[in-house]
Amino acid sequence: MRLSIEHRTSYRFTAPQARIVQLLRMTPRNSHDQTVAEWHIAVDCDARLREHRDGFGNRTTMLYAEGPLDGIEIAVSGEVVTSTSRGVLHGTFEPLPPALYLRATPTTVADAAIEDFARAAVGDAAPIGALHALNRALHERFAVAVERPDPSLAAADAFARATATPRDLAQLFVAAARALAVPARYVTGYCDLQDGRSATPHGWAEAWVDDLGWVGFDPTLGESPEEHHVRVAVALDATGSSPVAGSRLGEGRECLEVEVQVSAQE
Amino acid sequence: MLSRTAASLYWLGRYVERADFVARLVEATLRLDVLSTRPAGEDAWRSALAVTETEPAFTAAGGELTREEVARFLLADAGHRGSILRCVGMARDNARAVRTALSREAWQAINGAWLLFDQRVARLDPGTTLALVDSVKAETRGFEGAVHRMLRNQTTLFIRLGQAVERTDNTARLLDVKYHLLLPAGESVGGTVDRDQWTTILQTVSAVTAYRWLYSDGLAPANVIDLLLSRGELPRSVAAATEETVTALTGLARSSGTQGEADRMARTRQARIARTRTGDVIAAGLHQHLQAVIAENAHLHVAIGRQFKFA
Amino acid sequence: MGIAAFDEIMGAADRDGARPELADLCRWLDETPSDELRRRQRSAEVTFRQLGITFAVYGESEASERIIPFDIVPRVFLADEWARLSEGLVQRVEAINAFLVDIYGERRILKEGVLPADLILGNPQFRPEIAGIRPPHDVWAHICGIDLVRTGPDQFYVLEDNARTPSGVSYMLENREAMVRLCPELFAKFRVAAVDSYPDMLLETMKSVAPRGSGQHPNCVLLTPGHYNSAYYEHSFLADSMGIELVEAADLVVDDDLVYMRTIAGRVKVDVIYRRVDDDFLDPLVFRPESLLGVPGLIAAYAAGNVAIINAPGNGIADDKAIYSYMPEIVRFYSGGEAKLPIVETWRCREPAALRYVLDHLDELVVKLVDGSGGYGMLVGPTASTAEIERFRAALVAEPHRYIAQPTLALSTVPTLVEQGVAPRHVDFRPFVLSGARGVQVVPGGLTRVALREGSLVVNSSQGGGTKDSFVLMPGAPAMSQTMGTQASVGMTQTLGGMSQTLGGA
Repeated sequence: MRLSIEHRTSYRFTAPQARIVQLLRMTPRNSHDQTVAEWHIAVDCDARLREHRDGFGNRTTMLYAEGPLDGIEIAVSGEVVTSTSRGVLHGTFEPLPPALYLRATPTTVADAAIEDFARAAVGDAAPIGALHALNRALHERFAVAVERPDPSLAAADAFARATATPRDLAQLFVAAARALAVPARYVTGYCDLQDGRSATPHGWAEAWVDDLGWVGFDPTLGESPEEHHVRVAVALDATGSSPVAGSRLGEGRECLEVEVQVSAQE
Repeated sequence: MLSRTAASLYWLGRYVERADFVARLVEATLRLDVLSTRPAGEDAWRSALAVTETEPAFTAAGGELTREEVARFLLADAGHRGSILRCVGMARDNARAVRTALSREAWQAINGAWLLFDQRVARLDPGTTLALVDSVKAETRGFEGAVHRMLRNQTTLFIRLGQAVERTDNTARLLDVKYHLLLPAGESVGGTVDRDQWTTILQTVSAVTAYRWLYSDGLAPANVIDLLLSRGELPRSVAAATEETVTALTGLARSSGTQGEADRMARTRQARIARTRTGDVIAAGLHQHLQAVIAENAHLHVAIGRQFKFA
Repeated sequence: MGIAAFDEIMGAADRDGARPELADLCRWLDETPSDELRRRQRSAEVTFRQLGITFAVYGESEASERIIPFDIVPRVFLADEWARLSEGLVQRVEAINAFLVDIYGERRILKEGVLPADLILGNPQFRPEIAGIRPPHDVWAHICGIDLVRTGPDQFYVLEDNARTPSGVSYMLENREAMVRLCPELFAKFRVAAVDSYPDMLLETMKSVAPRGSGQHPNCVLLTPGHYNSAYYEHSFLADSMGIELVEAADLVVDDDLVYMRTIAGRVKVDVIYRRVDDDFLDPLVFRPESLLGVPGLIAAYAAGNVAIINAPGNGIADDKAIYSYMPEIVRFYSGGEAKLPIVETWRCREPAALRYVLDHLDELVVKLVDGSGGYGMLVGPTASTAEIERFRAALVAEPHRYIAQPTLALSTVPTLVEQGVAPRHVDFRPFVLSGARGVQVVPGGLTRVALREGSLVVNSSQGGGTKDSFVLMPGAPAMSQTMGTQASVGMTQTLGGMSQTLGGA
């Protein structure tokens, strides 16, 4: 499948900024299951961009812009060819051992409620079956919320709500899987099964299964990701893999606007 | 030099100078109040507050206009930004931030001044006040000496620049307030002279002896004004402080290779002072003139910050 | 409890008289009146206060900056003792460095099963964010402070490694300065190795690890959290002695993966940063997104090989408590030989045999949580009540992997000036080890901390600890004839420092 992606991130500031430095995780990598045919990051002001790779193996871009700046817009566009693999990843670059992904972060701590939920969901199913069961259970428990996620909401607090954003669902999966001693991580990327436009990139999870390797689980859909998903970045949690980590030198507040459009090409 | 270091050195100079000035002001006022044959009382202390532009703050703090309270307010009030205690504290903070740029001797003088306030200043009778003021003056003199013994580099130039800018402001303020206070309604300049009050001004800028050297014809207000405004021989005069400002900026321009707005402003002022005759100033309105000096000095301060990227 | 401790000057408790090599020091102690010692000690402390060698006590007003008490009686290492100690330190620091190269690179030590993988991968001190980055010249632990304790003439044990931002070196230098000024006669009696070249050695180390392409004169800076930090004096002192800029995070900017400092004449490129801030506050884009502190982009510049950071980010994994008990294995793995400096014997309760031993000997051992700190979750067997011991027994059985156990050690003592006169007090020791592109070197000296309370083993400055100068004697005979040094007054008359001269003869 050929997916076309437009992802626009725009910051407006109430006072001009002297400098902006941002770390962007916005570039997908090639693997056996996805081929990046075309990819471009455009910035609407004079900026210097430098390519890097982070400790998790993600491709990152450092963006440096000199002010005064009232705002900055980063427009990402590209095309990725995907193939179906029933969620199992092949040929990804993995610099860190799976066991690293057992550690909790402040937003992915599993409290007793999450742990009980996970144990009840998986019963005594075999590892891969257990993870599918967990994925479905999360999907069924929450109505999917469409609002922009709260970037500081921890899994335990998200679990207490009736609705959950894809981000929160994915973090819940990660927290629950780790509570079952299964290495798990957060994935940021794109998916064309959401309604045409959305206000944020998509998020799902991956878990390590001994004989298979990394396997994707998308609790928003209740299924494993297929050719509809484009993986961009992985990390221990949503914050660690978010498309932009930024800092600015200047007064005032900022207003963030994000627009994502993913469409399948015939 | 780091921009932050330069800013700290400049502010260090300003705060040391301010602490020294307030110490002299308190000392002179105390002499006027206690030692003169006619105790000056409330008026003297009110004018001390007026010079430092702190009368509203003092009133707001609920202080009574007594010698003890005003002296304590100006010397050791931790809640008052302009007190010597706070000035010395800010000077020390800035000195700490640039500890590596200072000689041990210079640092020890600042730290020494700060340690004077280490034990809480409880009651201030005239004796302890004078002793404290003397100690502060001794430490600031020690600092000034230490700065003169340091390398003549950007470090000392920024400190001197800060001191000169602060000194310009302080002297202009002192003259402005005292002059108004001393001039009873309906009197023309050169009329009745309140000897003690004019002596107080001279004492505050350490110019009693200098005055006698420079002017043979006794204590006359016009001469005092002339001395404080335009006599380059007196280190605390507006003219001398302006010259020092220009010297420091020129030195910085030479070592950093950049000149700017601040240099132009300072040189313009220096040239104007050279042209100005004190008699004309008095005739045209001393108050307006001094207010202009103070405002211009504030602009210069902003220009310095821009030129050396303090922000 | 009375542990019969080894005294480093007076020798073993059951022997009479000083260790023969230090008889002169003992005589000096006997012949110098306590009052005179006390006067000199006060003079040193007055100097420290004037210089502002203070540390801030949190929660008190700024006026209550404290100085760390200084003790006038030095501690002395004999030349051959020091030589053996140095060998052990070099070996250990080389192993720490090799470990860091490996653990953030290939991870051979995990693949070969020498360390349990979860010990590293699950440890918050292992920073996945910087995995794969190779610091310039592959040096990670440029400055190490290795905390040691001693129980006998040649019995040294490592208590803790400090491979992040070890502090205390300014005390080593200032204490020496004070001793030379106040007790010059001691330097006539003993040939003491100089420590004042430390700033030069450090600067040399910094320059040696500059990124390739920084040119002949790499620009080095010292990054401090600011002048409110409790160790600010040390930061400014070191920057000053090395003649480099003392910068705060706000003075640095990263542009195009290069680091610059903001100066009055514009930006100036920076090649080497000796940072005295924690990893968490280095770069908000990488470590602590909610933090406003730090230099955005610094890690990118570092990853691009454009700046050296001293010590390297991520070093915390090498000096973590949980790793400590594995240091003998780590040293063996990387050096191919046995560790020359032992650790304090440690039972890892995660191992069944060790757990059995610990449970059988709870009344003799100190039991600690590996992830605890500051004395929480600690059992001191010899002084514990039966109820406490039983509580720990239950905890150990329930979660054995969280605990380690160690014997209680009879820490050595050194004569120390206390109220009643000179009396033995327990000490520890932190030598400083520098690693640059051209190898590892040990500074001949260090920081001796002393527990001023009788019988106390706690040397922390926050809990009544003080410091001493640490003499390392040079090989060969004493400097001067012994007769000259025996009379304190002879030494004193040679003193040039104002007060000692006038009061010395009294």
